[in-house]
Amino acid sequence: MSEALQELASYLGEVRGNLISETALAYGELTLSTTADKVIPLLTFLRDDVQCRFVNLIDVCGVDWPAREARFDVVYHLLSPQQNVRVRVKVATSEFEPVPSAFGVFPGADWFEREAYDMYGILFTGHPDLRRILTDYGFEGYPLRKDFPTTGFVEVRYDDEVKRVVYEPVQLRQEFRNFDFLSPWEGTDYVLPGDEKAKTN
Amino acid sequence: MNEHNVRNFNINFGPQHPAAHGVLRLVLELDGEIVERVDPHIGLLHRGTEKLIETKTYLQAVPYFDRLDYVAPMNQEHAFALAVERLLGVEVPIRGQLIRVLYSEIGRILSHLLNVTTQAMDVGALTPPLWGFEEREKLMVFYERASGSRMHAAYVRPGGVHQDLTDQLVEDIGKWIDPFLKTLDDIDELLTGNRIFKQRNVDIGVVKLEDAWAWGFSGVMVRGSGAAWDLRRSQPYECYSDLDFDIPIGKNGDCYDRYLIRMIEMRESAKIMRQCVDRLLGDARVGPVSSLDGKIVPPKRGQMKRSMEALIHHFKLYTEGYHVPAGEVYAAVEAPKGEFGVYLVADGSNKPYRCKIRAPGYAHLQAMDFLCRGHQLADVSAVLGSLDIVFGEVDR
Repeated sequence: MSEALQELASYLGEVRGNLISETALAYGELTLSTTADKVIPLLTFLRDDVQCRFVNLIDVCGVDWPAREARFDVVYHLLSPQQNVRVRVKVATSEFEPVPSAFGVFPGADWFEREAYDMYGILFTGHPDLRRILTDYGFEGYPLRKDFPTTGFVEVRYDDEVKRVVYEPVQLRQEFRNFDFLSPWEGTDYVLPGDEKAKTN
Repeated sequence: MNEHNVRNFNINFGPQHPAAHGVLRLVLELDGEIVERVDPHIGLLHRGTEKLIETKTYLQAVPYFDRLDYVAPMNQEHAFALAVERLLGVEVPIRGQLIRVLYSEIGRILSHLLNVTTQAMDVGALTPPLWGFEEREKLMVFYERASGSRMHAAYVRPGGVHQDLTDQLVEDIGKWIDPFLKTLDDIDELLTGNRIFKQRNVDIGVVKLEDAWAWGFSGVMVRGSGAAWDLRRSQPYECYSDLDFDIPIGKNGDCYDRYLIRMIEMRESAKIMRQCVDRLLGDARVGPVSSLDGKIVPPKRGQMKRSMEALIHHFKLYTEGYHVPAGEVYAAVEAPKGEFGVYLVADGSNKPYRCKIRAPGYAHLQAMDFLCRGHQLADVSAVLGSLDIVFGEVDR
């Protein structure tokens, strides 16, 4: 499996090296990094080239890295049934820089890109119908961003007086518990006052 | 009525409709009885699974997978377990693998039984669901006897499975297979040659193979269109490569072919189950069911009474959980509905950094417009039935 991927990686590097900024092989999977302007030519090449034939679009999703300048990764997973290999294509983007839509290459990108827009606010240019998909009608915010609280901002209930479902700010009976598990036994160096005297220099 | 008064008609299909298989709202634009446009509105069952998983440890994330495709819960857990195991580099012992395969195939039969029989109900037959659900009930009892829960099992865990099976249970599963094949023959007799069933399904919702790939289809949807593609064979995981079974493929890519494939797949699953049962009672009768790595798999109760180390492991694993090395993997299984994948990004902590769930039904449902355009209104429910949609996994 990994020999086939190695071969594929070197082949892609030879033929379309200009479209790929980085190639990584880890856990038996090939990851190609590229930039937003080169992603459509790369996907088209991967789909059409006789030695690739990645005709099946498995998935498009976002990943949020808030510490980075370009905080989002758009990750495409492709499958070549003919070569029986998978490949992952990654594009880094920010909140304001759109990524060209892969809808023209794979019609199956439609809902996956809508979901990435819904969950992260990643913009796709050329998408025929970039609406929210999974969240409620009239939802605000991008729930899978790391800075969006897990509890959300609003809650709904049926109000018997107005005879409809009403939105209210979320009220927590108990604070949302999120434990810091980075182990104190391995991670932190406890400094007790006076301890430094015990060290003999 | 003159020419000017004729206009297209918009109707709402669902969210509460028996043929919508859950909470699907379809906005249909009709020209007479011909469907011009389908706009599925999904998300009515969205529970934020992916966000919740990011705040839970790897073990706590397992039960969320039961609640995705709730007609075949263990297949989903399996995909997550494979992803975590790939990152951790853990091997599952053979008995554990056989149990996983056995229960994955039970899940496949559970799902196909539901789909085939409710599809028959969507097009007008009432008897098949009654017969099929009787068998599903028996299978859910097997789920319960293994995990304590009929549906939300949390049984397949990273490292192996939670508990060992008793010999009695394995024998009972073995005894279930033959009567089930008889029931399957009955359903087959009732539906396969049935004139009404054929009229409603043959040449409806035809997909060409190129389109099927491009729309991101997988599983029965590509096999119906003629691709000899099954992850259990082409990218084998667990011990599928040692087992003997066939992959049925269709010729026409219509609803009827997909129905036939599901019927044959149930027989093939029964064949796999038979082999697993034989091995679980034979050469793999004794042995561990999960990895022996104490840093990943919690110890048994008995060990905790005697070993200080086991007690510490138990405490640490059920509070902090294990830390998974940073990296990213995509693990996929051939779930009953198609390729169910988990794209897991780990950052070295005890919680997944990102866990994207790739549900087969999501890719299938987005093609509703493509599949139904030009069909009659009544065909919408036949196409929807043959896509095998469960909203737990579509909405996540």
